[in-house]
Amino acid sequence: MKAATAPAVAAFHVTKKFPGVIANEDVTFDVRVGEVHALLGENGAGKTTLSNILTGLYRPDEGWMEVAGIAVDFQSPRDAIAAGIGMVHQHFRLIPTFSVAENIALGTGHDPVGGRFDLKKIEERVAEISESFDLPVDPRAKIWQLSVGEQQRVEIIKVLYRDARVLIFDEPTAVLSPLESERLGVTLQTMARSGRSIVFISHKLGEVASIADRVTVLRHGRSVETTSENDVSALASLMVGRDVESVTRSAHAIVESSSRVGSVVLEIEELHAVGDRGLKALDGVSLTVRSGEIVGVAGVAGNGQRELVEILAGLRRKGSGSIRVDGESLENGSTRHPIRLGVSYVPQDRMGTGLAPDLTIAENMALKNFRRPPFARPPFIRQSVIDAQGRDLMEQFDVRAPSETTPTRRLSGGNVQKVLLAREMSGDPRVLVIASPSQGLDVGAVATVHQLLIDAAESGVGVLLVSEDLDEVLALSNRIAVMYEGRILDTFDRADADAQRIGLLMGGQLDVSA
Amino acid sequence: MSINDNLFVIIMASAIFYGTPLVFASLGELLAERSGVLNLGVEGMMLLGAVAAAWVSTNVGGPAIVVLPLAIVAAMIAAGLGASIHAFLTITLRVNQIISGLALTIFAGAAGLSSYLAGIWQLGQTPVKQQFGKIDVFGLTDVPVVGPILFHQTLLTYLSWVLVIAASFYLFRTRAGLHLRAVGESPQTADSVGISVSRYRYFHVIFGGSFAGIAGACFSLMIVPTWVDGMTAGQGWIALALVIFGFWRPDLTLLGAYLFGALSSLGLTLQARGIHISTALLTALPYVMTIVVLVVVSNTASRRQLGAPAALGKPYEREER
Repeated sequence: MKAATAPAVAAFHVTKKFPGVIANEDVTFDVRVGEVHALLGENGAGKTTLSNILTGLYRPDEGWMEVAGIAVDFQSPRDAIAAGIGMVHQHFRLIPTFSVAENIALGTGHDPVGGRFDLKKIEERVAEISESFDLPVDPRAKIWQLSVGEQQRVEIIKVLYRDARVLIFDEPTAVLSPLESERLGVTLQTMARSGRSIVFISHKLGEVASIADRVTVLRHGRSVETTSENDVSALASLMVGRDVESVTRSAHAIVESSSRVGSVVLEIEELHAVGDRGLKALDGVSLTVRSGEIVGVAGVAGNGQRELVEILAGLRRKGSGSIRVDGESLENGSTRHPIRLGVSYVPQDRMGTGLAPDLTIAENMALKNFRRPPFARPPFIRQSVIDAQGRDLMEQFDVRAPSETTPTRRLSGGNVQKVLLAREMSGDPRVLVIASPSQGLDVGAVATVHQLLIDAAESGVGVLLVSEDLDEVLALSNRIAVMYEGRILDTFDRADADAQRIGLLMGGQLDVSA
Repeated sequence: MSINDNLFVIIMASAIFYGTPLVFASLGELLAERSGVLNLGVEGMMLLGAVAAAWVSTNVGGPAIVVLPLAIVAAMIAAGLGASIHAFLTITLRVNQIISGLALTIFAGAAGLSSYLAGIWQLGQTPVKQQFGKIDVFGLTDVPVVGPILFHQTLLTYLSWVLVIAASFYLFRTRAGLHLRAVGESPQTADSVGISVSRYRYFHVIFGGSFAGIAGACFSLMIVPTWVDGMTAGQGWIALALVIFGFWRPDLTLLGAYLFGALSSLGLTLQARGIHISTALLTALPYVMTIVVLVVVSNTASRRQLGAPAALGKPYEREER
């Protein structure tokens, strides 16, 4: 019966090109009324571009769209909103200094000239929506006071407030804890059952299989297939176009066998620190990392992980407590001090903090060494030596780019991460601190990066892996520490790690009877 | 001697008198900055306004009640045209805002377009024909202390008060004001909910710029009152500092303007009283204060804490990747 009615929204043969990239090519897909339709694809497969076209942010170069069977041509997001299409962005489009209600009211309605707008009425309507869809949030709270999960609820209410019939979710679970993700899945299905249509963009196979009614797979910008398949491995091969099982399984096998754990290389004791807003961010963190092991720090973003890694990298001042690297004390001061002690750092914000996007691959790889011979004959640098090292490292770390003189800003996420790892591993480090190593990478690149981390540990480096992706932490770590509100709640050996218990701890649930 | 000849009263009254152009200029800049566009062309736009107002006052016949409003409108249009150059360069062409603003001040300012126009119009040889004089509001001038301070000012001062109140209401109590602040905080967010970023930016840069024109008219029709080349003497830069000093809020900016007005007038007032302090030192005071304010707030972290619009100075491009 549903097949008889026109799809809620459909795109036909859509092509979108950017300078040097074809982001979408001949993409066709449709969403029925009342279904959860997943867009599955690796990063760079064109999922975000497609959703930006659906919401009027980009205009397609070729192809057309229909809403409820009628052709539409969106000039701007305003048109898409008017047509009942709303988007919950991966990077929230919220203004931190505004209240929940103010954010939701943005861009809606008109008041008479010179009139004041009625925030009370908006707050009431927000409370109503929040209740009927089980999305609890305080309409008067300021956005910066809210947790990531709550902010996402604001985004969802924002779209519902505009009476959207089609809701597009761009990687909604990327920022959520396992518990919150599960809850979101239920919300999505509730909304679909209430007659709305949900587009669910993800590269997480498990979620797609369990939440979606139908799946459209995107690969290299093209729509490969639309299916109601919910077998994870079948979806996986559709997504990458090859069999991935073997890659990931071999990675697991290696980590099992790698237990050449040596002496303590990083020792953190009772570390306290304040965050950007002057509030307590670290509240007595103690942690040790031995040579040859990977210690994973699991936790939902914003529980002090960023502050912890920034202190280790010398980017932030610590309060009380001590940090020792190979027995030597790490003091506040410069970023060069940790480097001298042998701390390597791969930040989460790879392009912003990790690399200089306009410099070449080779130059970025030499950023930590360019002062010293053979890379420099002070005060001059030796470009030829820098480039030669770049070529070597590119080969060693499998960086795929036209040449070593390509600016890093042109690289894909996976290659960016490999350039960073190449630089950080090449200086013979004692400790490698790495934050969210696979965030935003596609399946193939994730496997490579994970392999590089395992190689690093096997070569005797102590790896501190901080990640919001619990599966990643579980797959790679010898020991797992769970961080919540600036403290390590518990530490598990790999053998005793229980994903469910860790998931609960990430949500701050201390008292769980096993 | 009446209490109204008291040094405090005289300084307060002249603080408001000399602070009035600063109120207009900084209020206009505040509107532009709230939309995310920094306009360093204030000084240049003020001089355009000053010369346009002087021309109208000198050459247009008729009663003051017609000529003076006309002069103000002319000043607003002249400065608004200057601002629209900046708007086009920074919003449509996404030129660096600092460079574009500096270019505007150099192009329009002292020894630039404003001097050229004054030259061909032969302004500045005599005082302007019509000027804004102090008025006695409700006959309250002689009330002790507050009389001379609040009720014996020119119409321009009272206009500035109206505008400050209107701007506060607009910014914090209307939907358009909410949208304006959203555009300045996060144009991506504003765009994604269907607010036209460039329309809001164009409007507030140009409208805000026209306020700088009124500020210029304050000099040529009220303070001096004739045309003098470069007569704003760097007050446009002080106005820029005042926006920061006032945490991007109209009411606090007004207070800041009067503080600087007091510093500006201190030299004259003290001299008139026969108190001799180095005039060079006193004249330098507001500029020294400006430097101090700018140094204090120059780092990004403290700017954020003060409440600067997060997207200030950044061009917005939708299809960016």
